[in-house]
Amino acid sequence: MTEPLLSVRNITKRFGGLVAVNNVSCEINRGEVVGLLGDNGAGKSTLIKCISGVYHADEGEMFFEGKHAHFAHPIDARRHGVETIYQDLSLANNLDVGANIFLGRELKKRHLGGLIKTLDDQQMLRESRRTLESLQIHFPTLTEPIENLSGGQRQAVAIARAVYWDAKLMIMDEPTNNLGVPEQQKVLELIRRLREHGVPVILITHTLPDAFAVTDRIIVMHRGRKVAEKATAETNTEELVQYMVGARDDTNKGVLSPQREISLPQ
Amino acid sequence: MTDRGSRIVLPAGVKSSGILTPVQRFALLASRIWAWLFLALMVLFFVVTVPLVSGGTVHFLTIRNSQNILVAIIPVLLLGLGQTFVIIGAGIDLSVGWVMSLASVLSALALRWAFDGGVPLFPSVLVGLIAGVGGAAVVGFINGVIIAKLKVPAFIVTLGTSFIVRGVAYLMSENTTVIGLPPGIRAYGNDALLYFIRGEGGGFYFLKRPDVSGELLRRMDTILPYPVIVTACVVACAIFLLRKTQFGRHTYAIGGSMEAAVRTGIPVDRHIIKLYILSASTAGMAGFLSTLRFTAGSAVIGDPLLLSSIAAVIIGGVSLFGGAGSVIGTVIGALIIAVLTTGLVMLNVEAFFQFIVVGTVVIVAVLIDQSRDLIAGRHRRRAEA
Repeated sequence: MTEPLLSVRNITKRFGGLVAVNNVSCEINRGEVVGLLGDNGAGKSTLIKCISGVYHADEGEMFFEGKHAHFAHPIDARRHGVETIYQDLSLANNLDVGANIFLGRELKKRHLGGLIKTLDDQQMLRESRRTLESLQIHFPTLTEPIENLSGGQRQAVAIARAVYWDAKLMIMDEPTNNLGVPEQQKVLELIRRLREHGVPVILITHTLPDAFAVTDRIIVMHRGRKVAEKATAETNTEELVQYMVGARDDTNKGVLSPQREISLPQ
Repeated sequence: MTDRGSRIVLPAGVKSSGILTPVQRFALLASRIWAWLFLALMVLFFVVTVPLVSGGTVHFLTIRNSQNILVAIIPVLLLGLGQTFVIIGAGIDLSVGWVMSLASVLSALALRWAFDGGVPLFPSVLVGLIAGVGGAAVVGFINGVIIAKLKVPAFIVTLGTSFIVRGVAYLMSENTTVIGLPPGIRAYGNDALLYFIRGEGGGFYFLKRPDVSGELLRRMDTILPYPVIVTACVVACAIFLLRKTQFGRHTYAIGGSMEAAVRTGIPVDRHIIKLYILSASTAGMAGFLSTLRFTAGSAVIGDPLLLSSIAAVIIGGVSLFGGAGSVIGTVIGALIIAVLTTGLVMLNVEAFFQFIVVGTVVIVAVLIDQSRDLIAGRHRRRAEA
C-alpha cells in the first residue's frame, strides 16, 4: 500500500465555544474520488477550509505527500498543488478562457533583455487549447469573455485551470449546485475524467445521487464529527441518510463527551 | 482522443450562449464602434454646417482648428487616461482635478526655484516635471493605500483627498497663481514640430518657429505642438500597458471579479495602489504641461476638468462597474467632447448649450453600453454594483 496523498489526523477547529470540526481524521489516496457528505452545518466546508489553508486547525496535523503540511493561506496550498474549486467564483467573467486559465500566472514574453515583458497570449491560448483537449472539453470559441459561457462550461474552465497547473488534489465544493441537469452530468463526467488523469478529488456535496455517481469512497459528517466512512459500493442511500441525520454513528464515540458538544446553528 | 462519443460538448445555457445570431453580432458590432461613428458623423455635420452659418468664411476641418482641438483635449485626455485604468479596476478617482492643480503649482514652484538657483532652462524644466508628477504620485499613493489597505470606498477617499489637495494647492500657490517663471518655458509648452505658412512667402518650417509677424503670422499654422506629442506618447504607453502587459490584464481581472483576482493570487492591494498612483501621475503630467503652456502655475486649472474627464471615459465605453473599457475609447470620448464644444462655438451657439449636449451624450453612451448586454442576452453583474 502506497502512502496516502493527504492524511488528516485528528483535526479540530473551534469558533469560540463552537466545535465546527471535531477530531476528524481521514486519508485521500492518489487517483480516488472521495465524497464528503453531510447536512448543512455538518462541518464539511470548515474541514476542507482547514485543508486548503483558509482556516488553521486548532488541533491535529496534516500530511501532504508524506510531508508535514501547514498551509498558511489558500495561495500557499495552491502552490503545493491543493486546488479548491468554489463553483466559478475564481473566474473573471470579463476575460476569455485563456486569460482565466492563466489568471495570476500569465505567460510573458521578454523584450529588450527582460526590461519589458508583454503577455504571451498566443502561447497561453495554445496551452489552454491543449489542456482542454486533454480533458475532452470543447468550446465554440476560446477568445470571447467567458460570461457568454454557461455555468457548467465556466466550471470546466476552472477545472481545466487546476489541471493545467498540476493540481495534485482537487477539492470541489458543491460543483453541481445551480446547474441544469444535463450540465450536472457533464461536470460529473469531468470528475471521472480527472480520476483517469490520476488527480484525486474531494467532492463536497449533499446530493446523494452525485456521490453515488462518481465517488469511490464516502465520508459522512454530522455536527462536526466524522460519523462514517464507507466504500461507495458497499453502502446505500438509506444508510447514508441515517448517518447524515445523526441516527447512526460509527466512529469517534466518546472522544468529546456529548455535554461539551455544542450543535451548530443551521 | 478525438472519438466523438466521449467528447464533453457542454450544452449552452438557456439565456447565455457562446454563439450569437448574425443580427446580434451586427448589433453588437454597431454598439462597440458607435463612438467612432458618432465622432465621424459629428465632424461631418460641422464640416457642412459651419461654412453655411458663417457664409463660407469659416471652415471646420482646417489645420488650425484641428490643432486647436488637439491642444484643447490634452488635459481632459490625460486626466481621463489614468481614470480609465482606475475605473476598469472598479474604482473611481475624484481627486484628479485638484491633483492636476497641485501638480501645476508644484512644478511651477520647483521650476522657478531651480532656474532662479542658476540651473539652466532645460534641467529646470525637468525639475518641474519631477516635482509635478512626483508630488501627484504621492497623493495617488496615499489614495491607494487608504483604499486598498484600510478598505475605505474609493469615492470617499478621493473626495476627501481632493479637498485636502485643493487646500494644499491654494496654500502653496501664493494666491492661486505662481508667476515669475522663466519666459523661455513658453517655447516648451507652445512650440511645435512643424510650422506651415500658407500662400506667398510661406512654406514649411521644421522644429523652429519662423520669426515672422503681421500677415505672415496670421497665415501660419502650428502643427503638432510638443504637448500634443508628449500626450500622444503617454496615450501609446497607456494602450501598451493596458493591452499587452500583466498589469493591464490584472486591472481587467480586478475590475471584473475582485474575488477571482484574490483567489488566483493576484496581489490585489498592491495593484490598486499602483492604479491610483498611475491616475494621479497622468493628472500630474497634465498639471505640468499646463504650467509650461501658460508660463504660470495655477491652483484652479484642474478642477473644472474632472467631470469632463470622467465624461470622456464613460463616452469612451469604460464600464463604471469595472472590468471593461479601452484607452482608445477614452481618446475618442475626449475627442467627441472637444469637437462638440469647438463646433458649437463655431456655429455661434450659446456656450451653455455645450453642457446640455455633452450631458446627453454621456447618458446615451451608457444606454448604448447597456443595450449591448441586452443584445447578447446577458444579465450580468448589475446586482454586484
